[in-house]
Amino acid sequence: MNSTRVYRLRPGWRLQWEEAQQRHVLLYPEGMVQLNESAGAILTLLDGERDVTALIDELQRRFPQPPREEMTADVEEFLQDAANQGWIRHE
Amino acid sequence: MSEQPLSSDLKPIPGAPLWLLAELTYRCPLQCAYCSNPLDFAAQQEELSTEEWFDVLRQARAMGAVQLGFSGGEPLVRKDLEALVAEARRLGFYTNLITSGLGLDEARIGALREAGLDHIQISLQAADAEVAAAVAGSPKAHAKKLTMARAVKAAGYPMVLNVVLHRHNIDQIDDIIALCAELGADAVELANCQLYGWAQLNRAGLLPSREQLEAAEATTQRWRERLAAKGQDMRLLFVIPDYYATRPKACMGGWGSIFMTVAPDGAVLPCHSARILPMSFPTVREQPLQAIWYQSDAFNRYRGEDWMPSPCRDCDERHKDFGGCRCQAYMLTGNADATDPVCDLSPDHHLIEAAREEAANDQREVHELTLRNVRESRVFCRE
Repeated sequence: MNSTRVYRLRPGWRLQWEEAQQRHVLLYPEGMVQLNESAGAILTLLDGERDVTALIDELQRRFPQPPREEMTADVEEFLQDAANQGWIRHE
Repeated sequence: MSEQPLSSDLKPIPGAPLWLLAELTYRCPLQCAYCSNPLDFAAQQEELSTEEWFDVLRQARAMGAVQLGFSGGEPLVRKDLEALVAEARRLGFYTNLITSGLGLDEARIGALREAGLDHIQISLQAADAEVAAAVAGSPKAHAKKLTMARAVKAAGYPMVLNVVLHRHNIDQIDDIIALCAELGADAVELANCQLYGWAQLNRAGLLPSREQLEAAEATTQRWRERLAAKGQDMRLLFVIPDYYATRPKACMGGWGSIFMTVAPDGAVLPCHSARILPMSFPTVREQPLQAIWYQSDAFNRYRGEDWMPSPCRDCDERHKDFGGCRCQAYMLTGNADATDPVCDLSPDHHLIEAAREEAANDQREVHELTLRNVRESRVFCRE
């Protein structure tokens, strides 16, 4: 994956924390994806400015346990999957 | 990251309603022969006020509802729609406007945008004005819809187009999808009409043949491949009519499981069709939503599986389809507790076969269907 790629949520979609469900959800026309903790953490950081490297830097600061290599692989796999599903886009 | 598993234990503790469908009004400038509104909608007079709707929205949101559909009738008929959208958005709902497009203009699109509306779904009746006019009872609606779809897209909304399919327009599906692609839809619901309300009344004149259905599905699949090859991101959702299925749909994800409708007069329903059932539904004027959702007899009536008849009771698939649709069971068998006759394990499945047979022998043209309007509805109010 190109590490300078900048992802953002698909236009018109919205990520928000749902108190009643105790998780982040991704809202889109007439539907909802219920996210697990790591997916919520990654998507929260997609601000349209951070590239993949900066995203992983920030995740490492917040979750220092997993080795960087392992985290990079997981995050890239997730981003690819989310892009394939149309949740996120890049320029 | 997947959809929430829909559990159906013996003694379920109901989860929160995640979806609220706010049917703001039964008033509508169109007269679609497949409308899902009740046949006797004309008997409903007093709509909830703006303040009452604000209160419904606050209660539902506090319970955990997050997806909100403004529907009807035609929700744009309500002058307070912008105010309702603004309050809903402030509360954190994802707001969907489900509209015919009539009553929309650029000023209103802007005002709704300002209010925070997230998404507009516009319905189209056909690819051409003639069939659209006949099925919706309005000669000018089609052109107006196309103009509004372009304006919605230009305003930057995600746009879902909804096309209700039936025997009189399903053969145009190639042109319909081409039109939706040209309009720039993000997604298209190609939904064979669900046979409730006015569609049930017109059932024999609406149900397509199996050949029509198979051809339409094949065309849709070719379009999916073509769009993918072009890199055009327009999802196509094809919904077959229940009457050609052999297993029932998991109606509303289970009765009182994730979905509730508030009707124009404040009645709270597990789906927008449920008021045809021989039971009473509390209204938001009488009780708090919380009490209705968790404690009312109506919402508890078909939760879980204690109520299930044979063959559902012992069926391995009962957690998947929850016995199907209660309204369909009632409409076809007169017994709301029966297995949905769509299931080919149902002892009543012959009713579905008979309905297909009846439809095959129906020669009515599209303009001979009964249109949904106040005059026709009054006939059902008297019954």
